[in-house]
Amino acid sequence: MAYQGTKINPTRFSFSQLKFYIILVPLSVFMVLPIVYIINQAFKPLDELFMFPPRFFVQKPTLRNFQELFRTASSTGVPMSRYLLNSVVLTAITLLLTLLIVVLSGYALSKKNFRAKKVLLNINQMALMFVPVSVMIPRYLVVVNLGMDNTILAHIVPLLATPVGLFLVKQFIDQIPDSILEAARIDGAKDFYIIRRIIIPLVRPALATVAILTFQAVWNSAESSNYYITDETLKTFAFYLNSLAASNFSNVTGSVSIAGAGMAAASGLIMFLPNLIIFIFMQSKVMSTMVHSGIK
Amino acid sequence: MRAKLRAKYQQKSLGDALSLFGLLLPYGIVFMLFVAIPIAVSIALSLTYFNVIEPPRYMGLFNYITLLTQDEVFSRYILPNTVKYAIIVGPGGYILSFLTAWMLAQIQKLPRTIMALALYTPSMVGPVFITVVWRTLFSGDEAGYINALLLRLELIDKPIQFLLSSDYIMGIMILVSLWSSMGIGFLAMLAGILNVNEELYEAAYMDGLRNRFQEIIYITIPSMKPQMLFGAVMAIVNAFNTGWIGVTLCGANPTPGYAANVIINHIEDYGFTRYEMGYAAAISVALLFLVTCFSKIAHKLFTEKD
Repeated sequence: MAYQGTKINPTRFSFSQLKFYIILVPLSVFMVLPIVYIINQAFKPLDELFMFPPRFFVQKPTLRNFQELFRTASSTGVPMSRYLLNSVVLTAITLLLTLLIVVLSGYALSKKNFRAKKVLLNINQMALMFVPVSVMIPRYLVVVNLGMDNTILAHIVPLLATPVGLFLVKQFIDQIPDSILEAARIDGAKDFYIIRRIIIPLVRPALATVAILTFQAVWNSAESSNYYITDETLKTFAFYLNSLAASNFSNVTGSVSIAGAGMAAASGLIMFLPNLIIFIFMQSKVMSTMVHSGIK
Repeated sequence: MRAKLRAKYQQKSLGDALSLFGLLLPYGIVFMLFVAIPIAVSIALSLTYFNVIEPPRYMGLFNYITLLTQDEVFSRYILPNTVKYAIIVGPGGYILSFLTAWMLAQIQKLPRTIMALALYTPSMVGPVFITVVWRTLFSGDEAGYINALLLRLELIDKPIQFLLSSDYIMGIMILVSLWSSMGIGFLAMLAGILNVNEELYEAAYMDGLRNRFQEIIYITIPSMKPQMLFGAVMAIVNAFNTGWIGVTLCGANPTPGYAANVIINHIEDYGFTRYEMGYAAAISVALLFLVTCFSKIAHKLFTEKD
């Protein structure tokens, strides 16, 4: 064959790929270095944390930083386990509600025919570029006027409006052939039955992707605790660790207080690990969702 | 036959309409409450003076005029910073994501998966992580890794206060943002490149395509425009959403000499520190306008014409 051109997704190694490795390997190493760093930092004993010159890798790993972290309570006396419990419960509820809402409207926008459909799709597509921080003040006013401030709802409801999630699920549902649904309808299936028995099983990859994105948003979120909640017992784990990490840096020199450095690293690691683990398990599903992610 | 069946269920359209309504209602409500209404309220409040305690007082375009002519901090620091930051992190990060995704597509599956994971991982880390890692790396005393390294290489003779210096903080903020910018837009583009029909390349080479660069311009990008657009929108949103990084890194708002303050810090400053909500809303509207401009350009570039 005369064609010697491109080899997208090659199955074998050839020396022509070497140039890509030369760029990609150092880049990947640079990207993961901070992660390797925080893992080492979190397990360092006190003397190694303040060794000069600093050493990158931990010599004698210890769990002391984690123990310290779990032992400290916030200045108001709320134990750390309370924040952690709050976050776990909130994350679970938000995940379930988001998936439900998104699959219902994704199905309607993809498979139902109605007059306003095109308009609604365009509105949601515009909303993909929505930047939540730009409207944090009106959002705050909405939360307060609905009486949601200082309740668990203030953590959950604002995050349910996910244009990106709806978009990804809708694009994925578009791939399901109409004939399957039509056959079910002729057999008398109602919308909710179709969603439960046909749509949900077929769009699992997209739902997994939305779940990951939602998880990242909820788990890492400290904003709702900052702005909408004053009751310390309702605040999130992210908020707690955030304030803990921030209070361990002195503003004058930007350097770290002796006792706090290891704890801060441990808390950063605890926040980050669940994201990573979930993503690793679901990465093939995410990739198959991304194939249909295009905006047409 | 089919037409008949279709006609049959158009008869029970009332039940169908109700069901449709029920399907769209939950998302409709949250979307209205937390996306549509906040945007409308922003626009309305931006025309008023509002300090949360007294009811808003109508002021016409006063806030916008103040923003453009009186607010020296905005015109001297915030706006130039925002534009600079958004252009480097938005389009810059986007091009970087695309080129990286393209190179990843040229290698085998296993190393590709591992490296894609390495590149995507930073986009998952939260604010705590960023505070801890990057503040210690750039810490201003000898214990900061970057300072220690530079001292050891004898490039400097005393540690630099990276995070407190108006010369460095913006650069560090951009570096950190780019580091964490390869999110789902990057994954979408990677998936897009991998799904370009291979026969297109073969045909194009027979028609006289000469090199990889032409291949990207004439085949790869045109065949994955929808993913390119999704990636672009995500890159823009990311650039405007990550403005908190500067303040987080140096631990104070404003940052030294306003060097790393971007538009969202300004909103926060007026809205939540000074409680000048009307003015803050006007800044929000300016931000929405900026985001829309960037997105318009992306749509112009990548919308499929048909």
